[in-house]
Amino acid sequence: MNLSRNSYVLALCLGGMWSIAISVLVSVAMSFLTGMAFKPNLTNSAALGVIAGLLFLHFKSKSIIIFFTILACFLLEFPNKEIIWISEDATRLQKILTYTIYSMGLMLPVATMLKGLEPGEVDRFDLETSIIRFLTGVGFIIFTVAVFVPFYVMIMTSLKSQQELLLNPLNFGIDLSKGLGLFRSYYELFSDFNFGSYLWTSLCVSILTVIITLAFAIPGAYAVARLKFKGRSAFSQAILLIYMVPMIVLALPIYIGFSMAGLRNTLVGIVMIYPVTTIPVALYMLQGYFRGLPAEIEEAGLMDGLSRFSVIRRITLPLALPALASVSLYVFMIAWNEFLLALMLLDDPAKFTLTRGVASLNSSEVPRQHLMAGAVISTLPILILFLGLERFMTKGLAAGGVKG
Amino acid sequence: MQNAAPKTLGPLSRREARFAWALLLPTILSVALVIVLPLMAIFWISFKPIALEDLRPASALVREQLRGKPKQSGDAAIIRYKIRNSSQKDPIFGITLADEIPSSLEVTEVDKRCSLKGKNLNCNLGEFEGGQRETLEIRVIAKQDYFNDNLKITDSIAKVTGRGENILTNFNFTMKNFVHVFDSAEFWTVIYATLFYTVFGTIGALVVGLFAALLLNIDFRGKGLIRGLYLFPYVAPVIAVAFAWVILFDPFSGSINALLVQMGVVETPINFFGQKPYALIMVTVFEIWRYFPLSFLFILARMQAIDVEMYEAADMDGASPFQIFWYLSLPTLMGILSILFLLRFIWTFNKFDDIFLLTGGSADTRTLTVNVYEQAFAVSNIGAGAAVAVVIFIFLLLFSILFFRFFNREEGL
Repeated sequence: MNLSRNSYVLALCLGGMWSIAISVLVSVAMSFLTGMAFKPNLTNSAALGVIAGLLFLHFKSKSIIIFFTILACFLLEFPNKEIIWISEDATRLQKILTYTIYSMGLMLPVATMLKGLEPGEVDRFDLETSIIRFLTGVGFIIFTVAVFVPFYVMIMTSLKSQQELLLNPLNFGIDLSKGLGLFRSYYELFSDFNFGSYLWTSLCVSILTVIITLAFAIPGAYAVARLKFKGRSAFSQAILLIYMVPMIVLALPIYIGFSMAGLRNTLVGIVMIYPVTTIPVALYMLQGYFRGLPAEIEEAGLMDGLSRFSVIRRITLPLALPALASVSLYVFMIAWNEFLLALMLLDDPAKFTLTRGVASLNSSEVPRQHLMAGAVISTLPILILFLGLERFMTKGLAAGGVKG
Repeated sequence: MQNAAPKTLGPLSRREARFAWALLLPTILSVALVIVLPLMAIFWISFKPIALEDLRPASALVREQLRGKPKQSGDAAIIRYKIRNSSQKDPIFGITLADEIPSSLEVTEVDKRCSLKGKNLNCNLGEFEGGQRETLEIRVIAKQDYFNDNLKITDSIAKVTGRGENILTNFNFTMKNFVHVFDSAEFWTVIYATLFYTVFGTIGALVVGLFAALLLNIDFRGKGLIRGLYLFPYVAPVIAVAFAWVILFDPFSGSINALLVQMGVVETPINFFGQKPYALIMVTVFEIWRYFPLSFLFILARMQAIDVEMYEAADMDGASPFQIFWYLSLPTLMGILSILFLLRFIWTFNKFDDIFLLTGGSADTRTLTVNVYEQAFAVSNIGAGAAVAVVIFIFLLLFSILFFRFFNREEGL
């Protein structure tokens, strides 16, 4: 008999591994929720997972969840037999809750993974389908946790006080009883640290950058996409090449030039330099889109006596609105998130952009909940904009976003 | 038909070309000013012995005083000009001083370097060495008007001119910057960190992005939301997420360390961003975390463009899911994967902000880009910073040649 094609072996392996994943996940989640110690016992949980897999394969019933919850609670009473070791401080309810979540998290996905399997021999297709279901489950857990946790830490830290943070770093809970007092560090940022003005500066700079970039990039992109002239292909290659020159290489001469011209420490200088960093990207994205538009409509316009300018204004641009929206969003995002030039060119706190303002909070004198509140303030507008216009943003990123 | 087209350009196509260049002109000018010009400048600066403080060229400074305290008409006094070179090491040439002597002061004796024409005093002081100071004295006798008008001698401002040699524009060149960059003990550490970060960061982001794309290539409720969530790391400002990571992994109050200690994985907290082998690994992990969304987005878009019939045919033939992935999906994705690899490789190589914010280049995480900043601003040696920037640019040129070779074959993107 081929062991690797036996459904019992498969159920046993998947059950064991999934149980380990779930017990670690539940322990970490419970530790963060309560601030108390929860430790997964990997050997025991693997053993229980093996049993779960085999039982389910045999009985095909999800009601063994209840049996498992009771079993796990029961095992806690014996030293070194527990699935998840729970600190003595935890209440009985918390313990039961932990094991209920664990059992459900174990059984329901295992049931899905093993769906359609019969005891005995399995064919390759069913075997791999089960393994893929297992990997999908593990993948979703890892990705979601990895993406979500840093953002949650950002928000959580900003809502706490210094003492709470040092007292128990494990406690991810938010003390809702404080009410509006939770937002103290935000209030202080706006009242004492001038963040209202930073927010306004960033908004103005970003919007101006978008407008100037489009004003330069639209005609350029149209020329590259539609008009015939010598050196057209060389030009579009040059755009790509320029796209690859890193800011840090240019930053030194720009710093020197701006110092000499007296543009350092001025917002005019910032508004002059930001668009130049985004024009090549915008031009590259837009010319790709313009090429995709049917040329016949424009030719018909030309035939009817429109000038090139009115063709662009009355035919091409309305057709390219979705592309303009995604390019605008992308440029806005670059300008809003820009950090290196703001750091080098702005020293005067009255003229900081938001990212520069957040950077200035990174000192030992400023408590870190302020730093994180600043991070949240700078992240929130762009994330809201992104979620609201996700369709455009995804397109914009996909068109030009190989740059990062 | 193509051959039948006229060889010379007709008036129409010439007009079209002119129009095209007119449309491109603003872009070309701005790009030339802010990208091409600085690029040339960085080559120039990299051969210059120049530090941060040299950016302000030497200039002559003057202080004017009336000595002798005249109390009544007829009292003698001295107008004294103290002139000094603002720089301690660079000379200034052709220094002149011009001032207006009030008519209420009668000049009795003029320094021999100066000449007086009416009220106007002009002095020719020649060359000053670095740090040189000179004093000019003009003897005067105060008239009654001086007390009536209640004049101050500084009411007319003394003007000095003189040009210090601007180190940026003179023809002093040196190879010291490059020697400094290549000779220093840390050069190979920097190269190692750059290569480690670039290679593993790029491959990692690509592989992780491929996994994420595979996960989301199935339809389920809430897929849009998950897709949006997975793009967050890329969309959020780097400064916000970098600091969140630093706080999360802090050795004293970071949650990850507390968790690891409590679960018994480690004995003592690890200083993830400050300790030698971990710091470089952590910044690479951060790079993967932050940029996997991009590869994920591109790969997912390509996956959804794959013909469904191909999969159905494979299904009919009894191919297993892994076989379908290995023999069908992966080969069709190879094009986008290799383009992504090249572009991301260049961009990871260029990355500065992330490492700068996470570690500041400490604990052997200083890549070439961070080294530019470190040399130019932390050590204040602009010339050395520029030399590193030139090294980066040469690397990039090599990558770009590779890239365009590849691009021309791969008619995709």
